[in-house]
Amino acid sequence: MPNSILIKGGSIHGATAQDVLMEDGLITKIAPSLEGQFDSVIEAQGHVLLPGFVDLHTHLREPGRENSETIATGSLAAARGGYVAVSAMANTLPVADTAAIVEQVSAIGKKVGLVDVFPVGAVTKGLEGHELADLGSMAHSQAHVRMFSDDGNCVSDPLLMRRALEYVKQFNGVIAQHAQDPRLTEDSQMNEGAIASTLGLKGWPAVAEESIIARDILLANMVGSKLHICHVTTKGGVEIIRWAKAQGMKVTAEVTPHHLLLTDESAQSYDPIYKVNPPLRTQEDVLALRAALVDGTIDIVGTDHAPHPVESKECEWQNAAFGMVGLETAFPILFTTLISTGLMSWDRAAQVMSQNPAAIAGYASHGQKIEVGAPAHITVVDPKGVLVVDRAQLASKSKNTPFHGMEFQGTVVATVFNGRLTHKVGN
Amino acid sequence: MKHLLSINDIDKEFALTILDTAAEMARVSEGPVKKLPTLRGKTVVNLFAEDSTRTRISFEAAAKRLSADVINFTAKGSSISKGESLKDTAQTLQALGADAVIIRHPASGAAHRLAQGKWMNGTVINAGDGTHEHPSQALLDAYTIRKHLRGGKGDLTGLHIAIVGDILHSRVARSNVLLLNKLGASVTLVAPPTLLPHQVEAWPVKVSYNFNAVLPTVDAVIMLRIQQERMSDLYFPSQREYSTLFGIDAERLAMTKQGSILMHPGPMNRGLEISAEAADSPQSVVVEQVANGVSIRMAILYLFIAGSQESVNA
Repeated sequence: MPNSILIKGGSIHGATAQDVLMEDGLITKIAPSLEGQFDSVIEAQGHVLLPGFVDLHTHLREPGRENSETIATGSLAAARGGYVAVSAMANTLPVADTAAIVEQVSAIGKKVGLVDVFPVGAVTKGLEGHELADLGSMAHSQAHVRMFSDDGNCVSDPLLMRRALEYVKQFNGVIAQHAQDPRLTEDSQMNEGAIASTLGLKGWPAVAEESIIARDILLANMVGSKLHICHVTTKGGVEIIRWAKAQGMKVTAEVTPHHLLLTDESAQSYDPIYKVNPPLRTQEDVLALRAALVDGTIDIVGTDHAPHPVESKECEWQNAAFGMVGLETAFPILFTTLISTGLMSWDRAAQVMSQNPAAIAGYASHGQKIEVGAPAHITVVDPKGVLVVDRAQLASKSKNTPFHGMEFQGTVVATVFNGRLTHKVGN
Repeated sequence: MKHLLSINDIDKEFALTILDTAAEMARVSEGPVKKLPTLRGKTVVNLFAEDSTRTRISFEAAAKRLSADVINFTAKGSSISKGESLKDTAQTLQALGADAVIIRHPASGAAHRLAQGKWMNGTVINAGDGTHEHPSQALLDAYTIRKHLRGGKGDLTGLHIAIVGDILHSRVARSNVLLLNKLGASVTLVAPPTLLPHQVEAWPVKVSYNFNAVLPTVDAVIMLRIQQERMSDLYFPSQREYSTLFGIDAERLAMTKQGSILMHPGPMNRGLEISAEAADSPQSVVVEQVANGVSIRMAILYLFIAGSQESVNA
């Protein structure tokens, strides 16, 4: 089906305004002014064009937890947030630890068709941390899984982690580690520090994260495999990764939007909307994470979009579920905290939101430069746009956002996925 | 002032008002008719989602002496044990017309969740939430200290109080640290490092690992109950070692100043953190603490429920 979209007057990565024409899934013309008849025209004067966003950390909950999110509702939330690709984490019911499950998730994603849904395979059977999952079968399946993670759980057994890193080398896979020493975090509720001590909530020490980061960087470099650190939250973790990269060691790292903005002070309300794994840390950590994302120590923004039904949050803190939704607020938070303040360039924003995640996970059609011949995945953002978050307006099936009522600058006005408009403000 | 969730909810002046009011309530309790009509027609719910004997009966006695209708809602055999959520319990209490809910709960912050006002709008009194706070216990401790060491008047300026034991898991310690400081006393926490909260240096206290060194300077010692399961959680090597280093016995009691008092919020583990000899010594005011608890809770109910008519109805 022929389809043409013209984005008029937008600025690629903040450069001089151009018109960008996309036909049949590809970018076909870029010029100062293009005229003609097109199926859709997006007026983008004053707006910025970025390569379509890619999320490496998305909980879509299907199969098994469709009361929280489905691949369809999660895909719509992703499109609204400017995403053209998401990585569906493996902690579903059943766990995505076999070819059958990842193929099912991939197939449903294709049928929904709003974003590319790349399943993440479990590292261990049932996420239990005892035996390797069917890594090869998942890699060679129709879903072509390349990223593996027990996210939600840490692959804490050092020997098992070593074996997983070694094994995925045969298909150029990457292990995405949820760095959390389980013994140091039994029943932990929030960042261990002065606030947890006052609130009487069991502390979650930074070292529980940092010790696993350090161990796994050493393991990955010993066996020559690819390691990605999910959701780094501490200044100490940042410093370990910075040190490793300075030694020439290979590792990639991710930060979530919420860890770029919120701190453990929010727990003072005892409102579990702020309860998340890993926990919100201190302002010092927030500033270290922002600096690391700018200077390249941290490679990407990953949402850790974690939908939960109302009843999982409408309770006592210690009985509440960990997690918050994030797809629809990721870019506004990045813009407000880093881009609008001049700390991050548009080129760097394109890297952390699209190019780097695509490269880490090997999503070949994604993260390409906006140029003629490239796949038509483009996110249009309005630097002057203002978002007042209203949880009722979220496309996600779950409304567990900690940002309700908060105002952000920088909005996603349109998303083009494979040459099709999947989101446009006003629609 | 609608709720009592934390000692942070009251200022020094109001804390002293509570202590003064408790003294008046004590006089009532000593009189021939132990009852006041103050809360007649008010419904007070004792919501105890965690086992408790003395706090529950203390609040119950206090509410009854003020002529309130008291409903006891305890974990065992109630809808809470059947998995009912705090929200549904709160909405049930609201529907029953509870004017105040006294809540004891194993989750830190449970009282705050009730008091946010979305599920029910009565007054919430925190009777101990997880390892967070236990404000009425701190108030009765301050009352007891003031009665013995300050003649029942004024604040506690110049007094030195030691709180000894499992500070990390103690809601009594958290409330006591806040209140004793507010009232001008200085506080030393005595515990093994494993049973002190992370970044305790941010608290307005001194910390000591040496009980013997602290004893000669203190006016009151508050011993905390040590839970049996702490040993299996690796907090200390053995009960014997804990008793030796951090327990109080007659020998240690003899090291304190003349006139100093020994306190314990109960229930005591005789032979673990406190020896029978110490517990039953003339310096021990443990039994009196229980009696003072009723007076303090009468004062709290009086000041928070009778004293804030409009906010309760709001």
